[in-house]
Amino acid sequence: MKTDIVLAGVGGQGILTIATILGAAALKENLYLKQAEVHGMSQRGGDVQSNLRISSSPIHSDLIPQGGADLIVSLEPMEALRYLPFLSSEGWIVTNTEPFVNIDNYPEMTAVETELARQPRVVAFNMDEKAKSVATVRSSNLVLLGAASPFIDIDTARIEEAIKGVFGAKGEKIVEQNIAAFRAGREAALSTIHK
Amino acid sequence: MGDEALALGAINAGLSGAYAYPGTPSTEILEYVQKNPVARERKIHSHWSSNEKTAVEEALGMSYCGLRAITSMKHVGVNVAADPFVNSAMTGANGGLLVIAADDPSMHSSQNEQDSRFYADFAMMPCLEPSNQQEAYDMARYGFELSERNGIPVMVRLTTRLSHSRSVVETDDEPMAQNKLHYPENPRQWVLMPAISKIRNRQLIKDFDAFVKESEESPFNRYEEGHDHHLGIIASGIAYNYLMECFGGNCPFPVVKVSQYPLPEKYMRRVYDSCDALLILEEGQPFIEKSLRGLASEGKKIYGKLTGQVVRDGELSPDSVAETVRKVAPGVKELIHREVPGASEIVVSRPPALCPGCGHRDVYGALNDALKEFESPKVFGDIGCYTLGFLKPFNAIDSCVDMGASITMAKGAADAGQFPAVSIIGDSTFTHSGMTGLLDAINENSNMVVIISDNLTTGMTGGQDSQGTGKLEDICRGLGADPAHVRTIDSLPRLHEEMKQLFLEEIRYEGLSVIISRRECIQTARRHAVKK
Repeated sequence: MKTDIVLAGVGGQGILTIATILGAAALKENLYLKQAEVHGMSQRGGDVQSNLRISSSPIHSDLIPQGGADLIVSLEPMEALRYLPFLSSEGWIVTNTEPFVNIDNYPEMTAVETELARQPRVVAFNMDEKAKSVATVRSSNLVLLGAASPFIDIDTARIEEAIKGVFGAKGEKIVEQNIAAFRAGREAALSTIHK
Repeated sequence: MGDEALALGAINAGLSGAYAYPGTPSTEILEYVQKNPVARERKIHSHWSSNEKTAVEEALGMSYCGLRAITSMKHVGVNVAADPFVNSAMTGANGGLLVIAADDPSMHSSQNEQDSRFYADFAMMPCLEPSNQQEAYDMARYGFELSERNGIPVMVRLTTRLSHSRSVVETDDEPMAQNKLHYPENPRQWVLMPAISKIRNRQLIKDFDAFVKESEESPFNRYEEGHDHHLGIIASGIAYNYLMECFGGNCPFPVVKVSQYPLPEKYMRRVYDSCDALLILEEGQPFIEKSLRGLASEGKKIYGKLTGQVVRDGELSPDSVAETVRKVAPGVKELIHREVPGASEIVVSRPPALCPGCGHRDVYGALNDALKEFESPKVFGDIGCYTLGFLKPFNAIDSCVDMGASITMAKGAADAGQFPAVSIIGDSTFTHSGMTGLLDAINENSNMVVIISDNLTTGMTGGQDSQGTGKLEDICRGLGADPAHVRTIDSLPRLHEEMKQLFLEEIRYEGLSVIISRRECIQTARRHAVKK
């Protein structure tokens, strides 16, 4: 298997947690893994992205080449669009539709929606709302991970184990909330794909 | 993470002390040592240093006593540490000493793209440049041995993409024993007086040949044969991975992988002699390319950054490397081709900003209001989160150069007759390099205001301990600042008017004032709240 993922969002939204969980799950499956991220000034409310590469054979580059990503996974709709040149011809976009507006010149929401709708393979819904309905809004990154999971060839049980591992120290309740968010995201994505 | 792999490698190789000042992308090295259970059990030194110069000197002192030490910093930190760094090649090392420099090509979080390999070169020091996380781990032990075998500190050069990229690393089962305290065989060599240095310099020049031989026998350098000799490729560090990526591992051309310097001359000679032309792929500045132009006088083509085939600034990527190969070897069929979708036209840039609830915001808000009363105020900024005060909505600073420069530039401006001359500096930057400059201003009672925006941490790099916490007023008064003009205020929205008035008063005072405006960083405050 090989899954190259561009994870995107705004600093502080929690995309690195997604990377940590998938990384732990991949490790358990004995897969090769590379995950590049940017720290420092870029984190303060600016755009952040991480390249996550998982494969059953050795991986050369820490960065995904353009046109090579199987998935763009984003917590913010405009941030999903930022990385279009990286998407492969068969690739999917999985994104939250709730905008994070911290700049004056954020494009019209209708323009963002139209642009997303133009893409051939998209799973997009309001993950903040979904997270609120099953847990708290802070779990929207886990809804996103759930929504991306049908496109990643790692056993769901393995991912759930990894979620327990990552949140275990924060107590049973937080683990349960995050698992619930993950499952809700997965379900929502599956129903979109099969439509 | 590459940073963590290197730190763990060092711990498992018998490390006794880690010394550093935080700086992206090097910060996680010392942070890892602080958290590691073996390091804790062994009481390996891992307290933050005041700056990179003190860090290198402390590590050198440990090496003098025969123990293994690392010191880590970002590339511009090497400038701060340049004095002890270059001279440590003259003293040599006793216990293994690794000087880790994390370069930041593309300037993700830095003010320039300088390439630390040039420092190693002119200090005449070996340099290691891992191309992946496993090499970063392995190179710690290898580097200590190289250092002790040759009695020389060794630079380890990382770049952002390796420092901050994670992968699986195979580690040793048991950490090695630490060195026991023992003194250098030749203690005179550590006293760099001219008579001694002259002898040592000759020895170092001689030793350089041994360093070249080490590179030629290094497990990290190799020549990989290819069937097409129209082109030979020299790829260093992480650039090697991008090359392999764009050929899917099947490069038709001979490749020299370089991860240890000085350059392995025999491989350079071999690839030059057997190929029609050479392509140099290296992250950062054209270091190998420049060295090679001297080595190769037979007039074969050498393609690289100087000749324009490789992008000169920013980081390399699999895409830019593929484009380069396409240019210098048109029609090469082994290159992987992918369709690239067009970029979206509606996407706009999202620059970083000061966090909501950050005290720096209140300082800038009040300062901007106070300065409205003057015709031509100038505010000299410094390095840290508060550099973001340059951007909207504050547009509050006129300069940002290097650690500590806010104070000394404001002083120079005041000397030139600038009024008001205001310096704004963070607490950690102040103890890093601001104190000495403040002494200059105090000694001449320069007509300027220094604002220390104290958030009780090193915020930009994620909240490391700041060396001046709780001592700033004492430091300023101790340096000789007039206690009547060392003022303190809390940076809070409700104190906006008071802050503004305080700034106005001290700007109008003819002489040097220091204002310490204090409020805990919102990020560390949140973490502390969670802990409670």
